[in-house]
Amino acid sequence: MTGVERPRLYPARMRPRDVMRVGAVGLRTRPLRAFLSALGIAIGIAAMVGVVGLSSSSGAELDRQLSALGTNLLTLSSGSTLTGEAAQMPVDAEAMIERIGPVEAVSSIGKVPEAKVYRSEQIPEAQTGGLNTYAARLDLPATVGATLRSGTWLNAATERYPAAVIGADAAQRLGIGAAGPDTQIVVGGVRFTVVGVLEPVALATDLDAGVLVGWPVAEERLGFDGHPTTLYTRSEEAKLESVRQVLAGTANPEAPNEVDVSRPSDALAAKKATSEAFTNLLLGVGAVALLVGGVGVANTMVISVLERRAEIGLRRSLGATRGQIRTQFLAESLLLSAMGGAGGILLGSGVTMGYALYSGWPSVVPAWATVGGLAATLAIGAVAGLYPAVRASRLSPTEALSTP
Amino acid sequence: MTHPMIALTDVSRTYPGGVAALKSVSLRIDHGELVAIVGPSGSGKSTMLNVVGTLDRPSSGTIRIDGYDVSELSDNQLSALRATTIGFVFQSFHLAAKVPALDNVADGLVYTGLSRAERRRRAAAALKRVGLEHRMDHEPHELSGGERQRVAIARAVAGDPPLLLADEPTGALDSVSGTGVMELLHELNAAGTTIVIITHDREIAASLPRQVRMRDGEIISDSAREPEPVESGVT
Ligand SMILES: Nc1ncnc2c1ncn2[C@@H]1O[C@H](COP(=O)(O)OP(=O)(O)OP(=O)(O)O)[C@@H](O)[C@H]1O
Ligand SMILES: [Mg+2]
Repeated sequence: MTGVERPRLYPARMRPRDVMRVGAVGLRTRPLRAFLSALGIAIGIAAMVGVVGLSSSSGAELDRQLSALGTNLLTLSSGSTLTGEAAQMPVDAEAMIERIGPVEAVSSIGKVPEAKVYRSEQIPEAQTGGLNTYAARLDLPATVGATLRSGTWLNAATERYPAAVIGADAAQRLGIGAAGPDTQIVVGGVRFTVVGVLEPVALATDLDAGVLVGWPVAEERLGFDGHPTTLYTRSEEAKLESVRQVLAGTANPEAPNEVDVSRPSDALAAKKATSEAFTNLLLGVGAVALLVGGVGVANTMVISVLERRAEIGLRRSLGATRGQIRTQFLAESLLLSAMGGAGGILLGSGVTMGYALYSGWPSVVPAWATVGGLAATLAIGAVAGLYPAVRASRLSPTEALSTP
Repeated sequence: MTHPMIALTDVSRTYPGGVAALKSVSLRIDHGELVAIVGPSGSGKSTMLNVVGTLDRPSSGTIRIDGYDVSELSDNQLSALRATTIGFVFQSFHLAAKVPALDNVADGLVYTGLSRAERRRRAAAALKRVGLEHRMDHEPHELSGGERQRVAIARAVAGDPPLLLADEPTGALDSVSGTGVMELLHELNAAGTTIVIITHDREIAASLPRQVRMRDGEIISDSAREPEPVESGVT
């Protein structure tokens, strides 16, 4: 029999939309299973996006705080002498530091150790609640960036009278909600009127548990010796390092080593670094969840191929090539995990936004987390679907069709 | 036509394990024929139909379908041949559950490269052709067995393949539904489609213009080639 020349045969290319439609067949016929296996992926991605989002948001909040508070605050505190006793700074330390060129502002507080704080005269001596009394300069809030929650700061008049401004923790421990002429506490045996309550002071946390009174009244009524215990300085940002080097020597020329100099904003930045380490740990947990989700998708796909052998045979009889069968199951796997990924990104972003809103943070979900999450999902979908898809495509049409 | 629709020359198919399901079978079916394949169970009917439908490759021998030498075609080209030239009807319908009849038929055309709109248009036309225009949005479980098989036939012929292969298309149907399906196949043949039907039903076989009898992997008689063999009266 002589052969007749016939036109060459080419399988028709499937349109991308048809690839998607055929890939979605399995998801449509078994929606619950699709949902559950997508859920596994969603949880993993949500965990990762949420962790990244929350740490970015809290980082953004710290950055915002730092830029609001300024990073040019240097704090000097009197340390201890070589013999271990509490050291004293000279009375004129403040004036000396003011002479350093790049220093823009100086303020100080002086601890009054003998002046114990009570809510009223009836409270027994033991219950001081760990509060400290400080004599404070009038420019303290401006220098450390403290703001008042209620009432007013001390002024030239009230610093001579028994008037006190209390820190946020102190207010809580004393059970004081707001300042007012009727709100009185007992400091060193003297009744003081609470004229102001501070917000927490991020760069001078000592003040939070402090009761701040005027310098003159402390000297007159509470036996304050006039020596500052902590100095706060603001300097030109660019010259901060050089200022830092001369601060101790300037404040206490006789014993510079008895002065501790610190930069409180460093502590905040360090907080960010530790939270990053924690974030990495949580990211690892999220990655494990994602891996488990990927195994779930692979499992679903293997079962799907087993169950749908007859359908595969039918499609082959209708003219599907091996490649088209492979593509169908890969597409199904990719759709499954992409759905999970999209859901996870929404969930993770939602959690981030909700928590950020609740905490008053700016909510930040970095684009790299979203894009990376989606890319990871697609990679997982491809890997999970590859083996089942290849198996489906290798199935012989007659064998597939004869499956009951 | 310069070439036959189906031409088998010395085709054998031996399954792994040594079962020789086809033993050097030669068969020629021309365009426009309507042929019944009959024979006892296990005689190799389905094996031959699978080989003719290019779902399976023979162990030896040559097969030409619509002029194409199957052994020279790649797997992809065989797929293309099935998509354009061959329609299959199965005993168990193989319809997708929970999918309306129209989409079941239209989705059968997805490998032809037609647009979705065109696929649905042709599916509607095919369903009309099999007399199911009033059942287009019914899902398989809402159809009778005969209606399901007609949907399956509509799917097989929606792409207008010149060859239709049916393996016991009435096997799962009662006689009334079976008669309806056979009438439909006669109509399709009258419109030009070459049809090969495997059947166990003597009446159905007798109603077709040509019968090919098989036993033990061999063709023992072919009503187109020779007068009825004398031995056939023995059974
Ligand atoms: N995949 C297979 N592997 C091994 N042997 C097979 C396979 N398929 C069929 N056979 C054997 O090949 C022979 C022919 O089988 P085939 O299915 O072609 O018979 P048939 O004529 O269609 O029978 P029936 O009328 O029961 O459908 C039988 O002996 C069968 O056991
Ligand atoms: Mg059979």
